[in-house]
Amino acid sequence: MNPIVVQHISKQYKSVEALKDISFEVKAGELFGLIGPDGAGKTTLFRVLTTLLLADTGKAFVNGRDVVKDYKLIRREVGYMPGRFSLYQDLTVEENLKFFATIFNTSIKENYDLIRDIYVQIEPFKKRPAGKLSGGMKQKLALCCALVHKPEVLFLDEPTTGVDPVSRKEFWEMLQRLKSKGIAILVSTPYMDEANLCDQVALMQNGQLLQINTPKGVVDSFAQPMWAIRADNMYQLISTARAFEDTQSCYAFGDSLHITLTNGTAQEEALATYLKEKNPGLTMERIQPGIEDCFMYLMKN
Amino acid sequence: MEAAYAITTDGLTKKFGDFIATNNITFQVKKGEIFGFLGANGAGKTTAMRMLCGLLKPSSGKATVAGYDVYTQTESIKLNIGYMSQRFSLYEDLTVSENIRFYGGIYGLTRSAIKTATAELLAKLALEKEAKSLVGSLPLGWKQKLSFSIAIIHNPAIVFLDEPTGGVDPITRRQFWDLIYEAAHAGVTVFVTTHYMDEAEYCDRVSIMVDGKIKALDTPAALKTTFGAATMNDVFLKLAREANQ
Repeated sequence: MNPIVVQHISKQYKSVEALKDISFEVKAGELFGLIGPDGAGKTTLFRVLTTLLLADTGKAFVNGRDVVKDYKLIRREVGYMPGRFSLYQDLTVEENLKFFATIFNTSIKENYDLIRDIYVQIEPFKKRPAGKLSGGMKQKLALCCALVHKPEVLFLDEPTTGVDPVSRKEFWEMLQRLKSKGIAILVSTPYMDEANLCDQVALMQNGQLLQINTPKGVVDSFAQPMWAIRADNMYQLISTARAFEDTQSCYAFGDSLHITLTNGTAQEEALATYLKEKNPGLTMERIQPGIEDCFMYLMKN
Repeated sequence: MEAAYAITTDGLTKKFGDFIATNNITFQVKKGEIFGFLGANGAGKTTAMRMLCGLLKPSSGKATVAGYDVYTQTESIKLNIGYMSQRFSLYEDLTVSENIRFYGGIYGLTRSAIKTATAELLAKLALEKEAKSLVGSLPLGWKQKLSFSIAIIHNPAIVFLDEPTGGVDPITRRQFWDLIYEAAHAGVTVFVTTHYMDEAEYCDRVSIMVDGKIKALDTPAALKTTFGAATMNDVFLKLAREANQ
């Protein structure tokens, strides 16, 4: 049995269906990303899998153990980093790590191998209270604390939210190294660009999984031709592009707009002519859509 | 000359004990500009922003916001700016129109001005039907849009947006930027922080703070050229890496 097995899990809070019939599996040594905005149900799912919340229906197994019957064993065997910073703010870096090692009946020394790469980066601040660390440092410490008992399954709930791009990049590099040690990792994120760093992604919206696939598979499944357009005045470009009668979707992506048409490539020429007339400096090129394009398409359909 | 700028700073500095959170920063934000204020966690963005909003007294240097001095005219600053962050949002247990009335009052609008503004705002956001709904029952995207519209309900000269789109879905995030563009088009100066580097591209100019200092300030296109980078994300990574070495 795979380290994480989820079968038809549903959970309702009053009138809100937080999870609707969720099923997926995560293999050993796999980095599985749950990608979705706030309110998609990511945290609810984490809480079910870490035995902190009972699902209404469905079954789930972590490390081959039932999340309802074997909750005590699961709690011992998994690492969990909740979305909200969960460490003791008034304990130092070192004290927090010692504390987590102790409650899991182990020591920092025993599993130092696993955390060394990460811990050396925060070691210079080991006497600093956790509350005084910067966002990126806090996340590294929290990851160390979640790893100190050598878990076989790691649950990371939005570890990079609100973290700057540099710290985010470093954090993902660490996850790649952990994965290579055979740990199954379930990680959630609202940043679409991070989806590309996962082996498998599940796109989540309103309690449902829109698609489970490899990042490449997600992109390949997007059948619509897409163009990136640019012009000197982007504000004007977006309003003229949206006014074109065959425009299906048109959204800003960094320094360009991504546009799809209702009838594939049939109106490509017409669009180019129409846009050129109204927008000085226009450039238009056919592009491969990214994960974010796909997610937006799936959200609307 | 002064009147062309919504924000000016000259050597603005804030020290906490020995720690220099904001170190001698100098920049100007033009009226009607969308100005992206970027930086790593702990780079000093929040400290700088709090000084500009009149919430924190600088240690040294000068700054004016909407023409008012950050040392002596903080109350005038507060009346002439709007502020919105991901965390500081609306009251979930008040209705949409109650929130509008509350903030309208806080920003000093008269009762009749609030009434007019409420009708306009509800129509613009197509929220007429939800006027009596609790804000807590609205989807996050609607809350964000409502929150932004309320932050500019008093027609401020400048609106400060502190990570306004964190955790928001990609479609809503873009609709939110449509609102920002519209406000800027109407002449409101927008001062915005974000961790989404694609959003940095939507700004007219961007500054990047590293260790309390402004390390780069230019249009996104010029920054990409200067740093030989394809995207703003690469520019950011290059600057922040230099700082670590």
